[in-house]
Amino acid sequence: MLKGVTRLVSRVHKLDPGHFLRLGTQAPQSLAAHLDNQVSFESPRAISCTSENDPAKHEEKHEGQHYNLPLQDMKTIFPHGLPPRYAMQMKTFNEACLMVRKPALELLHYLKNTNFAHPAVRYVLYGEKGTGKTLSLCHIIHFCAKQDWLILHIPDAHLWVKDCRDLLQSSYNKQRFDQPLEASVWLKNFKTTNERFLNQIKIQEKYVWNKRESIEKGSSLGEVVEQGITRVRNATDAVGIVLKELKRQSSLGIFHLLVAVDGVNALWGRTTLKREDKSPIAAEELALIHNLRKMVKNDWNGGAIVMTLSQTGSLFKPRKAYLPQELLGKEGFDALDPFIPILVGNYNPKEFESCIQYYLENSWLQHEKAHTEEGKKELLFLSNGNPGQLERLCAYL
Amino acid sequence: MAASCVSCGAVVSQRLLLRPRVSLAPRQVLWRAAELQSVPGPQILRLKHVTVVTTKKNVKALRRETYTVDFIKKQIEEFNIGKRHLANMMGEDPETFTQEDIDRAIAYLFPSGLFEKRARPVMKHPEQIFPKQKATQWGEDGRPFHYLFYTGKQSYYSLMHDTYGKILDIEKHKNQLQAKGLFSEKDKTTDLIGSRWLIKEELEEMLVEKLSDQDYAQFVRLMERLLQGGAAGEFVQSFRRSVTVQSEKQPIEPVQHDAQGMAFSTSEGRRKSAKAEAVVYEHGNGRIKINGIDYLLYFPVLQDREQLMFPFHFLDRLGKHDVTCTVSGGGRSAQAGAIRLAMARALCSFVTEEEVEWMRQVNSFAHIWNDVSRSSTAMHSNLPHKSSFRLDCSRLIRASANGRSRARREPAGSLPGRSAEYCQERRGRVHLRVANTHQ
Repeated sequence: MLKGVTRLVSRVHKLDPGHFLRLGTQAPQSLAAHLDNQVSFESPRAISCTSENDPAKHEEKHEGQHYNLPLQDMKTIFPHGLPPRYAMQMKTFNEACLMVRKPALELLHYLKNTNFAHPAVRYVLYGEKGTGKTLSLCHIIHFCAKQDWLILHIPDAHLWVKDCRDLLQSSYNKQRFDQPLEASVWLKNFKTTNERFLNQIKIQEKYVWNKRESIEKGSSLGEVVEQGITRVRNATDAVGIVLKELKRQSSLGIFHLLVAVDGVNALWGRTTLKREDKSPIAAEELALIHNLRKMVKNDWNGGAIVMTLSQTGSLFKPRKAYLPQELLGKEGFDALDPFIPILVGNYNPKEFESCIQYYLENSWLQHEKAHTEEGKKELLFLSNGNPGQLERLCAYL
Repeated sequence: MAASCVSCGAVVSQRLLLRPRVSLAPRQVLWRAAELQSVPGPQILRLKHVTVVTTKKNVKALRRETYTVDFIKKQIEEFNIGKRHLANMMGEDPETFTQEDIDRAIAYLFPSGLFEKRARPVMKHPEQIFPKQKATQWGEDGRPFHYLFYTGKQSYYSLMHDTYGKILDIEKHKNQLQAKGLFSEKDKTTDLIGSRWLIKEELEEMLVEKLSDQDYAQFVRLMERLLQGGAAGEFVQSFRRSVTVQSEKQPIEPVQHDAQGMAFSTSEGRRKSAKAEAVVYEHGNGRIKINGIDYLLYFPVLQDREQLMFPFHFLDRLGKHDVTCTVSGGGRSAQAGAIRLAMARALCSFVTEEEVEWMRQVNSFAHIWNDVSRSSTAMHSNLPHKSSFRLDCSRLIRASANGRSRARREPAGSLPGRSAEYCQERRGRVHLRVANTHQ
């Protein structure tokens, strides 16, 4: 445990010192006492699961334990945000359990103490492949949803820079490109997540879609979203409008805005999209990316921006790269500067044990040696405590 | 069969005057050009070869060169004299010149760069060079010497017969002893440990006869029965070979101590073309770093990590040692294997002797050489066909159809399709559709 914290601190020191805010990390409490209180004579389920289902009340004593997310909430909050393997696990076990881990707890602590008068703070979750960045982000989003924030969740920014079938020339700005499909899909999911806000927020400007259609000042955001969903051609512009309005209005204090972007390094990377004459398109020439970049700038207040770096979907990045400098590049790093980096690491022994217990309780590990110490040691060795690897090891063939 | 084919050959030669003909299994060749002047019409003298079939009985003897006993004796004498000469040449004592010295001397005098070791110049005792053969089995009158000659495998059957005789003798003896009350159970099986029965190839070599698998199995069963009956004795021992005990002990690396006082040990390992060096620390967390990178990142494939796990898992020391290794060369799998070998060797220093022995038994230390030898039949021998010389139409047609005759084809063209038809006419039962195999 202590080692993990010192490693985190040393990583923090390793990054360019002058550029970001260095908040003190908490000293770890001794867990033994808390553990004893928790476990004692209850069923084994208590080791790996906790009954505290409200993320706001998660504390260090819950570290390493899984908490249950109600499936109904999952459908509203995460129409699109979960990693595919986790979604499969959810379907198999018929429940959504998320482990409470230190990076998420840290972030929760910061978010609970945000000063909404100050510009939005940027937090970047980074770490090696498979360590749990995306699921930590999901934990944060759940917390914010429970706290009634407006969630702007881009599940995977990499999806917007690759494999796009139809690129239209943007009507708003001739230099840029529209991505109708991706934008409309995102708008649908955005609507599912934030139904209740859409009618409350009113736009403060008139936007003209084309010669015949326009939207007046004072109409609700819901209408913009509808327009984007129904008229796919204007979806990208609708997204742009949504982002602009939210940014403008979050400072007013009606709502708190959480911008959660997974795979933020896509915004400053290369794309695999090409024009008709086969020349490559740079990231900023895509309207969606352009607007998103404006969104993650910290020139607004009233919320927070949480981002993850991801090598998994990234383009043209080496497999072992995980540090912000490597994945964001110079341009991205300078754009995101200053930010708070949070390292997400492999499981420590307690978390590993908890994960194995969780699988055993759900009767997922059927090998007779899975219960034994040797079996657990084997799993630990083969996965090296990496959550993603462990999950793949324990998965069906 | 032979006679008919001779006549066939003769008639064929008359009819196929104008057509080119192929040589057929040439052992002895005769010119028959002048004979055909009796045929009217334009005569174009072409090269015609006709095989003359020998009608001698002992064709077997002709076909394989027999090394007579005198010949072998002479060879042995020559070898011994040559050995003394060689010893003189090398300035060594002829009396104490062993086979190894001979090998070294030959390698020195006739250096060869050939890759195939068996193709290099060699000087060995004639027993090892000339294959063992059976002396002539029958006398001048054609009557075989051995009473079991007509079984086909006389040595084998006589051996089985003798063994069974011995079994019966032992049983009789045992019955006599039991009748007298002097029979005692003795421990008979002690001399079996550390030896094994001859394998089929060795038995064949001993008997100079080909055996089938069933024959060999029967032999082993009979021997076992003999053993059960009574004391082993010399007779049975001659059919057993000792199993060489692996006397190579794994050298154990010394334990070193580094600056902080941590005990560690280093060793190397190789697999295919990958070389690895591992430093195993005695106390640790189970972290492994390869070339400075964590093993999870270095080996994303599960299979490689399983290879790394094996030495620790076998000794039940997962998570007790820290390892730092460097590896180069080879591919992903080879590097994993090399590191595994290096780790196993390094672990020996922290482990008891008994556990080292167990590791050796499960082949933790063996180099897994990839057998990259090319197929030994790559150079197909061009020896002539080992069957009879008789003119066998169907075989020839088959040979020509397969194209093999082309390799041995001397002057004339290939067997034309017409002679196949002719054979078909003559035999009436050869249904071959051989296309005209002219080139």
